[in-house]
Parts: sequence; C-alpha cells; structure tokens
Amino acid sequence: MLQALEGSQAIAQTVALCRPQVVSAYPITPQTHIVENISKLVADGLFKCEFVSVESEFSAASVALGAAMAGSRAYTASASQGILLMAEVLYNIAGMRVPLVMTCANRAVSAPLSIWNDQQDSMAVRDAGWIQLYCADNQEAIDTTIQAYRIAEKCEIPVMVCVDGFILTHTLETVDIPTQEEVDAFLPKYSFSRTLDPRNPISIGTLVSPDFFTEARYSHHQALMKAQTEIIAADEDWAAISGRRSGGLLSIIGNPDAKIAILALGSVLGTLETALEETPPAEPVKLIKLRSFRPFPIQALKEVCNGLETLIVLEKAISPGSGSILGMEVMAALSGLENPPKIYNFAAGLGGRDIPLEVLSQLLEAIQKIPSGEFHILDVNIEKLPLEDR
Amino acid sequence: METTTIKIEELRRSQPRFRGLTSGHRACLGCGEALAARLVTEAAGPDVAVANATGCLEIFTTPWPESAWRIPWIHSLFENTGAVAAGMEAALKMQGKSTKVLAFGGDGGTFDIGFQALSGMLERGHNVLYVCFDNEAYMNTGIQRSSSTPHAAMTTTSPPGKQRMGKRHLKKDIVSIVAAHHIPYAATSSMAYPSDIRKKVRRAMAIDGPTFLQIHCPCPLGWGHDGSESVEIGRLAVQTGLFPLIELERGGLVGVMPIRNPLPVTDYLKLQQRFKHLFVDDVRAKQELEHIQAIADHNIEVYDLTEHGATYYDTDGMNLVKRGGLRRS
Repeated sequence: MLQALEGSQAIAQTVALCRPQVVSAYPITPQTHIVENISKLVADGLFKCEFVSVESEFSAASVALGAAMAGSRAYTASASQGILLMAEVLYNIAGMRVPLVMTCANRAVSAPLSIWNDQQDSMAVRDAGWIQLYCADNQEAIDTTIQAYRIAEKCEIPVMVCVDGFILTHTLETVDIPTQEEVDAFLPKYSFSRTLDPRNPISIGTLVSPDFFTEARYSHHQALMKAQTEIIAADEDWAAISGRRSGGLLSIIGNPDAKIAILALGSVLGTLETALEETPPAEPVKLIKLRSFRPFPIQALKEVCNGLETLIVLEKAISPGSGSILGMEVMAALSGLENPPKIYNFAAGLGGRDIPLEVLSQLLEAIQKIPSGEFHILDVNIEKLPLEDR
Repeated sequence: METTTIKIEELRRSQPRFRGLTSGHRACLGCGEALAARLVTEAAGPDVAVANATGCLEIFTTPWPESAWRIPWIHSLFENTGAVAAGMEAALKMQGKSTKVLAFGGDGGTFDIGFQALSGMLERGHNVLYVCFDNEAYMNTGIQRSSSTPHAAMTTTSPPGKQRMGKRHLKKDIVSIVAAHHIPYAATSSMAYPSDIRKKVRRAMAIDGPTFLQIHCPCPLGWGHDGSESVEIGRLAVQTGLFPLIELERGGLVGVMPIRNPLPVTDYLKLQQRFKHLFVDDVRAKQELEHIQAIADHNIEVYDLTEHGATYYDTDGMNLVKRGGLRRS
C-alpha cells in the first residue's frame, strides 16, 4: 500500500515484517527514529519481539550476535560513532558467519563532530567481512532490508543495509510497504546451521592456529564473492512479488551507450538523476548506481565500463593521506580492461554538506581542467581555513 | 562434519554427574580455573548454553579443531560476554525454551573490559548465570595486573622495585558492585570448596533472573606456586579472611562461610612468589603485610565471619567434606 512515510518509519515497519525475534539497539542520531518506531510497534503489540535496549552499540551488536547464534532472527541498527564502537563485534560476527542484518544510517565520523550525512562510517568497516548494500531511496531501503535477510541467511554472511542519514532516514517519501503475506512468501523461517543447542552441542568461536586461519579467511572471501549470485537472485525474486527492482549488484541510469559515466553510492544518485533530466549535458552521461559495495562486483563493473571513455567516481568518504576509497577500488577493478576509461575521483557531501543539482555541471567542468586519476574534494572554500592550512 | 544428537534426559540417566567440560584440555597442571569450570558445569547440568569471554579458559579448551566442551559453547570477544549471553537468553525466551544461559569470564573480562556489558545484562534482568573465574590477573597474556589483583601483589605490570611494592591499588569489590544492581543472587565461592560451588550454582540455576558467582581460582603460573598446592592456597585465602565466601540476595547479605580459626595472612602470602617481595627485611614490606592483614581483619569484621561457633559448613568443616558433599538431614 502506498503511504507517505519517513524513511526511518518505513524501515521500522519493514523490519517488523521480516519477523526478527530479537532487536537490539542503542540510540544514535540519525538512526534513532528507526529504533523508536520499532519500540512503538513492540509497545503497541504490533510486532512480537524481544527488544533489548542495551547500554552501548558494542552490546547492541553483541546481543544480536548472541540471539542469532541461539536460533533467532535478529536485527540492529546504528550509525557513525556507533558503527566504529561496534567495529570489533562486526568483524567477529562476519568471521563467525552469523546471518545478521543491520541498518547503517550513514553519518560522518568525529572529529570534528558532525551528526550529518556522509559515508565514512560504513567505509570504515568495509573490510569487516559484511555484505554492504547501499540504498538510493526509501523504497530501496524497504526492499533491500527484506532482501538482506534472505541473502544473509542463504549465504551465512551478515548484511549491512546502508541508508544515507537524514537524506533518507528523516525524509518523507511515498513508499509501498509490502504486505506480511508478500514478505512471508519471500522470506523463509530463520534457520542457521550452527546454532547453540544442548541436544547437539558445538563449540563456536574457537582459537585457530596459523594452520587454519588462512583457510578461514579464504573461505570467507570466497563466500562473499559467491554471494553476488544471491544478491542478484534475491532482487529478481523480490521483483517477481513486488514488481520492483533495487538494482542487483549495480544498475545503469540513463543512456547505456553514453561514453561518460558517473559512479556513486546511495542517495546522491537521485540528485544526479534529476540533474540529468533537468539539465541534460551536451554529451550523453549515464549513471552507474553501485548497490553492492561488498562484495565489490568487479566483473559486472567491467562489463558496464567496457567502451566507456570517461568515468567520474563521486563518493561521500575520504581516506586522508590517500584520497579516494571507492575510486581506488574502481580503478583497480577496471585496470584489467583493454581500454580502460579515464577515471576522475571526487569526494563531496562530507559531514552533511549539501550536494546541489549543480554538481553535475561542476563535475563535467572539473574534469576538463584536471588530469585523470587524481582525487579532488568538491566545494572546498579555502577562505574558511587559516592561512597555514590552505 | 558428522554430528550426533544427544538427548538431555539420556545424558542425565547415563551420567549422574554430567560433565560439561571434559578432560584432555590444555590447562596448566593445578589450574584453579579448569577445576572450577568443571565443577560449575557439573552442577549446572546439560541443559545450558555458554558464552565465554576471551581468556585462558577459552584458549585452553578450544584449540581448533578440538574442544573440551560437551555443552553448546560460544566465544565471541573479550568484553561482550554479558551482552552475548543476554542475546542468547532473549532468543531462547522468544523460542519458549528453558535452556539456561551461562556466561563465563575471567577477572579481566569481568572486572575490567567486560564490566559495562555485565552491568547492562544485570540491569536488564536477563535470566543468565554469570560466573567470574577470578585468578586475580591477566594470566592469558602473561600475568598483567587487573583491577582484581590484590594489593601489593607482583605482576608483570605491577613489579616491585625501588619505588614500588607491587600493585599500589586495592582489589575491586566486584561482588558488592554486582549486588548493587539488586539482582536476585550474587555470591563468592572458591575452587577449593567444591561442594560450596555446587550449592551456589544450583541455587543460581533455580532463579529466573540474573545471578552472579565469583569463584576464586589459584593460578600456579601467575601466583608462583606448585600446581599441587592450588587447593591448599585456595583454602588459605578463605581461612585468612582475604577472600570471604558470601551470598547476597537483592543486595543484602544472606549467608557466609564462617571461619573457625582465622589464620594470619602471611600463611597464605608466603606460599606464593607474587608476594615474595613482602618477605624481606624492609620496612615497606612490613607495612604492606600489616596492610594486607588489616584488609583480612576488615573482611572478617564486616561479614561477621568468626561469630558462628563451629559448624560443619565453616572453613574447617568444609575442608573435611567428601567429594559429592554432605547432605543435610
């Protein structure tokens, strides 16, 4: 049913439709509305689950881990500092291949303190071994959350659903919340092969010597690479029920034959799409909407970039001292192409800085003046800095 | 991997004393923690699931692909055991299962790094028995001081020297802090008193709510004594008043193990290398010994440990208790 809902409210209702038995969370802006809405659903008896209000994000992730290991579907959500505080647990969850789903309401990381959106938080845990799916709008957040449970439980890999804080979590959009029947038809009952059961006692999380550690990492990596198939399948199967696709591993917006492309993650794609519609550039430009950052869809990316002349990577995070994070991965992935495109890397929208529609023309103008392969931060007002820092 | 399914009832029938932690693990000779963990799992029975903090117990029981556990067991991290156990309990509750969740941690994982997660678990009232195996230092990393290390003890990060006489600070009173959460049951015990451990574990198991048991566990390697002396040293800690065995319900004291004949603390200290620097001709050493004796005297006074007359459940009576324990008529 179509409803005008705040992103957080829509995500909360969707989580309830997925029937996790345990939800555990600690409040942090901009994730709070998600867990507040879940709490209200629980309080009103509309969502039957054990809601554990923990004393830190570290425990939020740990409670979800314990619940999933004890045989219940579980959920948690966080952002920014919370993601970093739970970083150790995130690695642990993934290493033990616990099929959890969490929402990351993307926010900048302190210092300086900022409660506003960028994607530094989820990028900081990109190597934790989770699947990371980025949502461009709130409908995708709904559909991706449902798909995430199926992907997690089929692949035994946790899934982080990344939604831009405020831009999505606090924005009212018209969305379609699926029915319980639709979700039940798509999402089987929770099952996990390694649960803690006194009738079949197993030891989990044991000490592994150098004789086995390499193999453990190998199998984890392989499982993530193979999960690409399941990410595509989950999107297709959900489309058969809902009539909507969220873009599999990645998707193309605009003229597929365009020789110029802009690649990005998350809600900025909506801005770029509108900009393309309102002010079509002289030369056609297409958008590459990267949905799966982990696993990084190297093959799929190569295919859509074959024959491309110019690729602009626009990201909302930075690796100080190196520059681009996403851009580096794109460059590495495309280095095997016979005629790789010229790649230009940009960061924008850091700490909630607005990315206006003009970003499209800014990017297209900027690449005329700089050599490819370089990294630049958009919209830096040098006048704001003390002289010695300019 | 082939797995077999064991029926809980079947296990109980075939093994009157179910052993959740079997032999063959890699603990040191005379390890107090290994003995205590075995006693706890025996008393708790097979219908349990364990969350275990990082530490010696975790390491010596589960070198992949081996495991000494016959109960479902998970080790996640060092500082999240209270939270992992809470999650397990929440899940089992939602599934309508009665399996009791146990959380195991050392003193580092309980007093220090896992303290916040433990406090959260207690405050939220999860039905979990948290057992702290207290060997008074970070033994797994090579004997570094924790907030449980007793005053004046030598560790690798509280060495005695010209400026220091071992650890400068007092042992944290964890059981009082835990009891201040007003949980149904918090107690201390010692690996040297098996029947006391059994009694307290069974009592905690029967309570639907958070319970806590701190078990004093001598560590031959860390304390510097022979493995064959672990039980004797454990008893001396209780008999001197340095480690009082107490029970608290909703924060109030409800039981103690009385001391029939309190012994001087030097009887306990002199057997351990970690207090060796207190037995030299040095005025500071003399002061520290007096200080430690004062701590023991204080414990005896506040817990009223000597005012009970001779009973079979006091320190001397319990020393004579046979394996399996005395039965009250």
